[in-house]
Amino acid sequence: MAYLDHAATTPMLPEALDAYVQVARELGNASSLHAPGRCARRRVEEARERIAAALGARPSEVVFTGGGTESDNLAVKGIFWARRAADPARTLVVASEVEHHAVHDAVGWLVEHEGARVTWLPVDGSGRVQVDAVRAVCQADGDQIALVTAMWANNEVGTVQPVSELAEIAASHRVPLHTDAIQAVGQVPVDFSASGVAALSVTGHKLGGPVGVGALLMGREVDCTPLLHGGGQERDVRSGTLDVPGVVAFSVAVEMAAKGQPEHAARLAALRDELVARVRAAVPNAVYNGDPEHRLPGNAHFSFPGCEGDALLLLLDAQGIACSTGSACSAGVAQPSHVLLAMGASEPAARSSLRFTLGHTSTRAEIEALAAALPAAVERARRAGPRA
Amino acid sequence: MKVLAAMSGGVDSAVAAARAVDAGYEVTGVHLALSRNPQTYRSGARGCCTIEDARDARRAADVIGIPFYVWDLAERFHTEVVDDFVAEYAAGRTPNPCLRCNEKIKFAAVLDKAVALGFDAVVTGHHARLGADRRLRRSVDPAKDQSYVLAVLSRRQLDRAIFPLGGSTKAHVRAEAADRGLAVADKPDSHDICFVADGDTPGFLAGRLGAEPGPIVDADSGEVLGAHAGAYRFTVGQRRGLRLDRPAPDGRRRYVLSITPVSNTVTVGPAEALAVSTVSGERPVWTDSARPPAGPVECEVQLRAHGDPVPAVVSLSGGGLTARLRRPVRGVAPGQAVVAYRPDPGGDIVLGSATISAAKPAGW
Ligand SMILES: Cc1ncc(COP(=O)(O)O)c(C=O)c1O
Repeated sequence: MAYLDHAATTPMLPEALDAYVQVARELGNASSLHAPGRCARRRVEEARERIAAALGARPSEVVFTGGGTESDNLAVKGIFWARRAADPARTLVVASEVEHHAVHDAVGWLVEHEGARVTWLPVDGSGRVQVDAVRAVCQADGDQIALVTAMWANNEVGTVQPVSELAEIAASHRVPLHTDAIQAVGQVPVDFSASGVAALSVTGHKLGGPVGVGALLMGREVDCTPLLHGGGQERDVRSGTLDVPGVVAFSVAVEMAAKGQPEHAARLAALRDELVARVRAAVPNAVYNGDPEHRLPGNAHFSFPGCEGDALLLLLDAQGIACSTGSACSAGVAQPSHVLLAMGASEPAARSSLRFTLGHTSTRAEIEALAAALPAAVERARRAGPRA
Repeated sequence: MKVLAAMSGGVDSAVAAARAVDAGYEVTGVHLALSRNPQTYRSGARGCCTIEDARDARRAADVIGIPFYVWDLAERFHTEVVDDFVAEYAAGRTPNPCLRCNEKIKFAAVLDKAVALGFDAVVTGHHARLGADRRLRRSVDPAKDQSYVLAVLSRRQLDRAIFPLGGSTKAHVRAEAADRGLAVADKPDSHDICFVADGDTPGFLAGRLGAEPGPIVDADSGEVLGAHAGAYRFTVGQRRGLRLDRPAPDGRRRYVLSITPVSNTVTVGPAEALAVSTVSGERPVWTDSARPPAGPVECEVQLRAHGDPVPAVVSLSGGGLTARLRRPVRGVAPGQAVVAYRPDPGGDIVLGSATISAAKPAGW
């Protein structure tokens, strides 16, 4: 099998898996006061310190969550609620048009149910947020903004945003900026404090850790209303008994991803460039989407004119090649990607896209397999037409 | 051979897909998303097209161990089936949307896409037989037989269709589903029309066609016996819901005899006036032989879903089909299909079909 869908989830690193299995044998609730509890708590706090060190944060800024979706929801809703509670005029959310659904739909929910207003930040043809647009909205409406949220790197087309610049503008208006760095960690350098963001989402399963564990890095000064109420385990912002083996394995993966980032990125970029060249040679009219420069090293994203991405996916899957159309499903029905539409693509172009993403287990042989299967698949998919 | 199994989320299509795997085909499951807004089509276990159904289909595909995808055919379904359904009622006819869906969606849009993608055939859970002789026959389970709604298919369509369930009763299919560990084994059958959420067809049509009041006229006396809110609410043969203002002059029950959209008139008459002995059909399909028969064919015809077969002589000419019934039949509605069968111990064979355009009373 050729697995070209690491942006969906990537295999656990052996070290993370070993750590998981080892800790899963141990007993203890990190909130308990007795010896097993203390042991569990020690594991958790070591993990917290490991993650803080790897990502340029202080340990107290690490809030463990049940994954990326929860981190995004906690940041968007929690900061909105807290800021509005402190100042009822702050009901405006500023968000990029290319956010993952975990952010996008959380913002939409605030608009529908919490009286929030939203200003969507446009992107250019390569998916980059326009810095001037952020400056303009901060200047015009700075005293009404609850938060700005702009992802570090896009999960579909891999475009990396000028997050530090955006954070600086927001900070100069005393507006907190949240960034979803879920696809970025391990692929590009991510330093929480140097970036100037107020909050940053990260998740385990995109960087070699387990699924269902993540964190929200959040400055001590940032107020955030909890989503989950209960024992108040995480800074009183997040309740729930911590998944100790998950948290430990996650921290091992984050540490390895951050430490190994330069070599990992160089290896992925070389493989990715080869993949791009092979796809272009195999399908000359394929359109390479995204930003050639500000881009995740493991991401290649194409439109195949005249084909439906869904049809290509089915045909490649039948040849043992796993990739993605990158867009979300609604009731199982593929929707044209809001990211590509925001980048100015037509609906047919958006529906003709496939995402190939690489990770730590990727090999040249997988790229060869793709290059071998692609021409016939594209020809078939073209015959089947853009829409059934 | 590579085949595409259309999986509705019900028990029949799940077992059909499983049998196709057993038969040695390379099977890919596909659920057809037919609703523009999945919440608006009937929810719960009875229907098709809901999110629940998509999930049931996916779960069945996982148990069977085949790849599974959802294909979005909502726009095609809407124009080819739903809009057609409304337009047919507006034109005073009584359409069968399942038949139209087979003709235009499952064995057209889906089949064409499947063939283009390299599949050889489409597998469905219809209860009908299509054996080695490639003849379409009734299911062994007469209560579940669906050959009527498949009779619109052309030879070309049938040649790329596989119906693995035709030799089994529904009870057997359910038992087999349970044996195979398919959770849909005891899911209730779907009834009615999947896109009419609450089963209220007149209400559905009223929402699209609006109120169109008109007279209810007695065929015998020419008298206006009442008023209706829209002729599309009626089907030939219908008695209930007429709500006549006054009884017919002869005091007998009245039935809908015909619907005339131009004057928006519903014509009623006594039961015996419903009897017809000649049925004309348009857009005929003949699958019994490569060419349509030159002369009359002695056979049986079925004039509505689950209707009783009637001995008849069928002939094709001038782009139409005529069935002369050996005994009169009551309540033949234009828009339904006339399907010709040849009785056969191995399952009655579908010879051909047409859409009923007119029915002439006995005595003509
Ligand atoms: C950019 C981005 N944000 C959020 C998520 C959601 O993360 P999780 O799967 O951990 O809930 C994902 C992954 O699907 C993602 O790629």
